Amino acid sequence: MWDYTQDVMDHFMNPRNVGFIEDADGVGEVGSLACGDALTLTFKLDKQGRIADVKFKTFGCASAVASSSVLTELIKGMTLEEAARVTNQDIVKHLGGLPDQKMHCSVMGQEALEAAINDYYKRKKGMPSGSSKGNIVCTCFGVTDLEVKKVVHENNLTTVEEVTNYCKAGGGCGGCHGRIAELIEEVQGEKARTKAEKKPTRPARLTNIQKIQLVQQTINEQIRPALRADGGDIELIDVDGNTVLVALRGMCAQCRLAEFTMKDVVQAKLREFVSNDLIVEEQKDTAGTSEA
Amino acid sequence: MNPVIYMDNNATTRVADEVVEEMLPYLTEKYGNPSSMHSFGGQVGKKIAEARQRVSSLLGCHPEEILFTSCGTESDNTAIKGTLASFPNKRKVVTTRVEHPAVLTTCRDLERHGYSISEIGVNRAGRLDLDELGFRLDDNTAIVSIMWANNETGTIFPIDQIAEIVKGRGIVFHTDAVQAVGKIPMNLRENNIDLLSLSGHKLHAPKGVGVLYVRKGTRLSTFMHGGHQEGGKRGGTENVPGIIALGKACELAKKHLEEENTRVKALRDRLQEKILAGCPDCMINGDTQDRLPNTLNVSFEYIEGEAILLMLNKFGICASSGSACTSGALEPSHVLRAMGVPFTAAHGSIRFSLSRYNTQEEVDFVADKLPGVVNRLRELSPFVTT
Repeated sequence: MWDYTQDVMDHFMNPRNVGFIEDADGVGEVGSLACGDALTLTFKLDKQGRIADVKFKTFGCASAVASSSVLTELIKGMTLEEAARVTNQDIVKHLGGLPDQKMHCSVMGQEALEAAINDYYKRKKGMPSGSSKGNIVCTCFGVTDLEVKKVVHENNLTTVEEVTNYCKAGGGCGGCHGRIAELIEEVQGEKARTKAEKKPTRPARLTNIQKIQLVQQTINEQIRPALRADGGDIELIDVDGNTVLVALRGMCAQCRLAEFTMKDVVQAKLREFVSNDLIVEEQKDTAGTSEA
Repeated sequence: MNPVIYMDNNATTRVADEVVEEMLPYLTEKYGNPSSMHSFGGQVGKKIAEARQRVSSLLGCHPEEILFTSCGTESDNTAIKGTLASFPNKRKVVTTRVEHPAVLTTCRDLERHGYSISEIGVNRAGRLDLDELGFRLDDNTAIVSIMWANNETGTIFPIDQIAEIVKGRGIVFHTDAVQAVGKIPMNLRENNIDLLSLSGHKLHAPKGVGVLYVRKGTRLSTFMHGGHQEGGKRGGTENVPGIIALGKACELAKKHLEEENTRVKALRDRLQEKILAGCPDCMINGDTQDRLPNTLNVSFEYIEGEAILLMLNKFGICASSGSACTSGALEPSHVLRAMGVPFTAAHGSIRFSLSRYNTQEEVDFVADKLPGVVNRLRELSPFVTT
């Protein structure tokens, strides 16, 4: 069981400012049902430009609800300039701390606030919504490079695992760990502890045994995790000279994109890690299909 | 503080009073080593033989086929790795995508050591495609490991039929029966199972004791090397109190098997009906036909499992969830995902697992409190418009 602070449990059991302001000046929506947490934040300003009222609706665990609740208390009465300076660390501080794996809940709160403020500027003053969106790094959870760099900077993160705890990036198939490590390095420079994953060096000449082992290793480490994330699987059937015979299983076996997946991903990976001469073929006759 | 209403029996169970009574002397005055050459130790050895007899009576097998281990996970590891070690020329394991981590993690580690692992999927109800199982078996397959009943949904696989398919191909068949033993009848003399794992603490014995059933004539390399205990197949001084407790628990389980499938099942069905009637937008996960009599896995849409559990906890109600947030992982239960349960429902899944210690009053109390909890969280949810 999570070791939640009394403040977290209090805000979860007795959440403040629950609801939705119909004629809000700013609306921020982040997260999704698929991700397991989502937050809608609405606020209204008074004549002096201070946040007069703020309400939230949150789908998620206790720490997600508590982060949203405490955030609304924090920013009430602030000007938007002041509110824009609130970080996820402020939320954590006011909750008396959060478990490491739950830090992303505080980040979600801060992101909803930022989204709501951007929304306000966009609709009231016709100003651009501020920062650009960035490029998606983690496709599993839809996290951009800008978001990763922001949590790294604000929370002084140095490992991929920490980044996953704070913004979920890298928590799915793990295919983006290398890119996240690069982003950490960009922000932290010498401080970063992890380096980008090392690629196996391609030996100049391979015996048959070495080639088969390397093909199997590449499938295990580079290809299968990504297929598994989509509910599929791949099996190495045979290696005959430079022809690699594989079978796709599960979801992949029925996927219309199978041809595309085969040629573009499997072959490219095997050529990158093993040998440029490899040709990938798919065995179809015995491939069973699991009912969807 | 509310009294505890324990409906998390697939996680662990209360140790039966009779079991505690049976094991207690072996924690105090009868502390001898069963291997010793004096009668002080010898009396303990006899008691272990009795426990072995009691376990075999529940499973419908010979006492010599019972190997005591430290837990279900050790039994699973021993079965899979021990079989692979005794068939060095075969490099493939076939299993399913809904196994317990004790099997799945073991297999994925083997994969990193060059073994080939084939995982069979399930359909929306959690059922296996037996034709697909047939396709996956080949001459390279050393062992097939498929659970008897699923810990999260309670779905029961047609294990007799599966064992027959696997044995027909001359392949070793292992089943993780940790959730099935004591809940559904079994007779190992009449089927083709070679190896079976069970765990003491799931059937009212204490934690720290398990069993691997090894059918006579099954090739299995020793996993835990040491002394001559367990016929040299599992070294290490016996967990005497645990083994004696497990023996007693199996005796009780046999006695209560019918109650499990009548009274406990009726309580589970009552809880299910009341929840479906009292909470809108919820659905049952798993196979409602072939299902353990004690298990109910239900998804409440648009709300999140950990939040539900914490609110139930305030009423003293203990259950568990397949939501991502409860485990610290970011994705919901691998079982529900393999079944294709939509994310919207997987995050809000709650498992109630009953035992013979539950009462109708408890079921009614839970069914009474649940709608309030669900409504309260839905009021918080941005996906529900009120």
